[in-house]
Amino acid sequence: MTVPRFWRKLKHRYNLLGTHCTTCETYYYPPRKICPKCRRRGEIEPHRFKGEGKLLTYTIIQNPPEKITAHAPYVLGIVELDEGPRLTSQIICSPEEAEIGMRVRSVFRKIGEESAEGMIYYGTKFVKL
Amino acid sequence: MREVAIIGVGCTRFTELWETSFRDLFVEAGLSAIEDAGVEGETIDALYIGNMSAGRFIEQEHLASLIADYAGLASINTPSTRVEAACASGGLALRQAVLAVASGHHNIVIAGGGEKMTDVGTGDATDVLSAAADREWEGIMGATFPGLYAMIARLHMHRYHTTSEQLAQVAVKNHYNATMNPRAQYQREITVENVLTSPIVADPLHLLDCSPITDGAAAVILAPGEIARKYTDTPVYIKATAQASSTISLHDRRDITTLDATVAAARRAFEMAGVTPDEIDIAEVHDCFTIAEILAIEDIGFFKKGEGGRATEEGLTAIGGKIPVNTSGGLKACGHPVGATGIKQAVEVTEQLRGEAGKRQVDGAEIGLTQNVGGSGGTAIIHILQR
Ligand SMILES: [Zn+2]
Repeated sequence: MTVPRFWRKLKHRYNLLGTHCTTCETYYYPPRKICPKCRRRGEIEPHRFKGEGKLLTYTIIQNPPEKITAHAPYVLGIVELDEGPRLTSQIICSPEEAEIGMRVRSVFRKIGEESAEGMIYYGTKFVKL
Repeated sequence: MREVAIIGVGCTRFTELWETSFRDLFVEAGLSAIEDAGVEGETIDALYIGNMSAGRFIEQEHLASLIADYAGLASINTPSTRVEAACASGGLALRQAVLAVASGHHNIVIAGGGEKMTDVGTGDATDVLSAAADREWEGIMGATFPGLYAMIARLHMHRYHTTSEQLAQVAVKNHYNATMNPRAQYQREITVENVLTSPIVADPLHLLDCSPITDGAAAVILAPGEIARKYTDTPVYIKATAQASSTISLHDRRDITTLDATVAAARRAFEMAGVTPDEIDIAEVHDCFTIAEILAIEDIGFFKKGEGGRATEEGLTAIGGKIPVNTSGGLKACGHPVGATGIKQAVEVTEQLRGEAGKRQVDGAEIGLTQNVGGSGGTAIIHILQR
């Protein structure tokens, strides 16, 4: 991914900054300009998530994408934040520790780096609470 | 809307075809469909070309013109359209072609699909395929395609007690079916043990739970139903074409273990055709991973949610079972040249309904269904065909 493309959403990636629709009280991460429930009736405001939630499901990636030279194997999961939205993220724990339903909390970490361009990606990962 | 029929089908060998170019694959599939239908090039009103990512696989865009040109149809200026919906590109090309004939705008239309995947290395191919997911919020976080389906599998196993052995049974069945399909990439049987001892790609999915990287193309010729018998004694009628969208990211789905796009497309298709899941004799479904076939047979409505694994284990989806699924060998063993898959499914069902499927023939098959999925379920296309 190009540098500008990653930078564009940097503050959202670094701070778990998403949106909240005050019409239907639904929270979104990543941010959305249109509420899928209310569409034109939706009133959208920025929202910073607390960063706690639970692990909905996970896998252990043996072959990482070539452009992300993360140390494989790593645990990849879908986290459901307490406010409702879900996101795909790496979970910092050993494969044996990962468990469906486990409580997790967000941390700021290096996600990976592109070997060719030497760009390093930082963003949110999760640790066991 | 007019009734639409398939009057000709063609399909290349599915495998690593080092010596065949993208355009040659398409022309081969198209020509055999044209010969099968017995139509002249001049009578073809339009082409629809399903392809996911020639731009990255062979650094070629503008396939509409390229294929029209090498099919010999640029000289008579036949309109041509490239259609993309990731792994559902072929199914979507078929649907666009069906709608063009049904609307009365065109009469004879060719729907093709193809992908040339082996001109890049495996790592690059995997990266191209991951573009079917959300690059900014899944890919960049470290997700791969096997990884996304593995997360579906893990939750399905957790909730419904689906086992790795049951997933493996999907691969075993599809490999067995492929031994009877001369076009298939892998024409050899495998065992549950082979699957379970193959390397883990993304836990709980093993290498043999995944479909391969394949070159291939397929094509079908469509005509209005009322004139189909002019071209063939065995027209196959398209009783329903249905399409549905869902979120591109797996994590945003209402339920991680259900492809809502499949559920919605199936509901629309059954309503349009006026049939129920019980009336379907054969189905070609999108088994890009073994878990995907389990989801398909549940979400289409052949089995209740959570019972797909057991149904597979009991042989209900084998040839001779309640509903034979993926008689071609599916994506798993016949191969998965991404853009070709949706068209190949229609070729297989057409041959089954005509009674021309050789050793893998399902006796007396009258109604068949195809289900083609884009990405982890962001798009689903379902067609119901009847002889
Ligand atoms: Zn809303």
